[in-house]
Amino acid sequence: MITQHRVWVYGDNVNTDQIFPGKYTYTLKTPDDIAAHALEDLDPAFAGGVQPGDVVAAGFNWGCGSSREQGVTALKYAGVSIIIAASFGGLYFRNCINQGVLPIVCPELAALARTGDSIRIHHEARRLLVGERVFEIPPLSPSAQAILDGGGLLPMLQRRFAGEVVE
Amino acid sequence: MTGYTFAEKALARAGGVSSARAGDILDAQPDLVFSHDNSAAIRRIFEKSGASRFARPERVAITLDHAVPAPTTQHAQNHAEIREWVRQQGIGHFFEVGRGICHQVLSEEALILPGETIFGADSHTTHFGWLGAFGMGVGRTELAALWATGELWLRVPESMRVTLTGRLQPGVTIKDVSLRILGDLSVQGGRYRSVEFTGDLLPTLTADQRPVLPNMMAEFGAMNAYLPPDQVVFDYLEARRTRDYTPLYPDADAVYEEVYSLNVSRLEPQVALPHQPDNVVPLSQALGQPVQQAFIGTCTNGRLEDLQAAAEVLRGRRVSCRLLVIPASASVLLEAARGGVLAALIEAGATIGTPGCGPCMGNHMGVPAPNEATISSANRNFRGRMGTADAPVYLASPYVVAASAIYGCIADPREFLS
Ligand code: SF4
Repeated sequence: MITQHRVWVYGDNVNTDQIFPGKYTYTLKTPDDIAAHALEDLDPAFAGGVQPGDVVAAGFNWGCGSSREQGVTALKYAGVSIIIAASFGGLYFRNCINQGVLPIVCPELAALARTGDSIRIHHEARRLLVGERVFEIPPLSPSAQAILDGGGLLPMLQRRFAGEVVE
Repeated sequence: MTGYTFAEKALARAGGVSSARAGDILDAQPDLVFSHDNSAAIRRIFEKSGASRFARPERVAITLDHAVPAPTTQHAQNHAEIREWVRQQGIGHFFEVGRGICHQVLSEEALILPGETIFGADSHTTHFGWLGAFGMGVGRTELAALWATGELWLRVPESMRVTLTGRLQPGVTIKDVSLRILGDLSVQGGRYRSVEFTGDLLPTLTADQRPVLPNMMAEFGAMNAYLPPDQVVFDYLEARRTRDYTPLYPDADAVYEEVYSLNVSRLEPQVALPHQPDNVVPLSQALGQPVQQAFIGTCTNGRLEDLQAAAEVLRGRRVSCRLLVIPASASVLLEAARGGVLAALIEAGATIGTPGCGPCMGNHMGVPAPNEATISSANRNFRGRMGTADAPVYLASPYVVAASAIYGCIADPREFLS
């Protein structure tokens, strides 16, 4: 399957406070409210303009900083299910997997693309297609892939506690 | 065969396997898991999971610390949901509003010991490396999974060795060393590895100073950070602990992916400029920057010696900008009150807040106005961190923060030290 996505491009070292401000973390609860503040201090145009299927293309160390899961869920609730970055903060990468959001490491994309450009992803071939350029999508570790395939950590738990065997 | 790093040894122990190597995937059973004001949100995830009871409630701690006392009805409701949950689940260790910041309180209570493993729903869980423990931050869903199952999958990290040698000059602290490491190697430098410290500087550090280093390694992107525990740590724990422990040390021939050394003998105080903790310059290059607010507190630098350092600078003087002092715990507050430190700070013009995180992450108590600059003893100065996007935050040691409060601009504390 090949899917097409509009990209939002950001730079290096974007931290979780920029993706979802800490002052909201104990008060905003609904997905819509959380999505409404995504990237508020970094890109005020994002929350109003993002469409389901859009992807983020970021530079190095995307999502560094706190363990705040809303750094991932704010984007997920806004309709972003794939995040591409030159590299990820370690906690952020784990949070992506646990939320069923696909993290793709691609060092070149942020430098190559502009916000509003289209990219395509060939899922079976694990390829990222940007104009004429083709990038390999690196494999995940088997446990991370299993959680992602299971829809994230919560659905895995739900099946486990519903009596299904989940390895 | 080569030796093992601390991370490999600690995670083999937590994973119940005889040995582990970097790259191995295992299910770790931590000795303690904790969360804080985020526990109500974690409760909602847990309730969706289908699990009904905690796997190991006696291995769970919750502190109320991030927005205390509750600043709004919503925050109060959040706390109420957590208290109800603590009762329902019989959670082993619960610390009320005012007891202090999670990392400080769990250390004081000796709920985690050398060689043990602790996972917290907080990025600064690396803090517990000061005790020679493996401390790792996790997300909310991961913490819900830990409540439900008592275990979590992880990949044993590669390790990096950082050697610190030499002696600190008067007025220079381990905070300055931490900032220098970030300045040298950047916020990406840790690359989600185990950062394992060694070197002859470490034994000279007191129990109050040590946590600064692993705490700041969260800003470095480390998965965990480790200081080899010695007599200072054993003495700290002796009167507090309720169980035995076995410290773990990396083998002399352990394999490190990267090594870095710093001799601190000629280091001067350091300042992180807005808006990133690796945007670090020597104090001499930041002198004179105006600040409207100075903040001493947080899990990084809110302990007794930090307040004493501030009092040393401020005793008999007056601040010329707002100075907020928030002890990291009730015990710190009590000791500071008994020893006259608090009186010296209040006489100098400081405002004292409830033990907890205070304005560190922008919830309340000291949120700056737009364009107001703060100099803070915290660990993180991202744009908007203190609740206002266009309010620059500088990071420094308590000495530098106190001296800056006197002048209303970034200042050198060494002129005030005898
Ligand atoms: S003091 Fe700041 S860094 Fe430390 S736990 Fe609280 S909010 Fe986090």
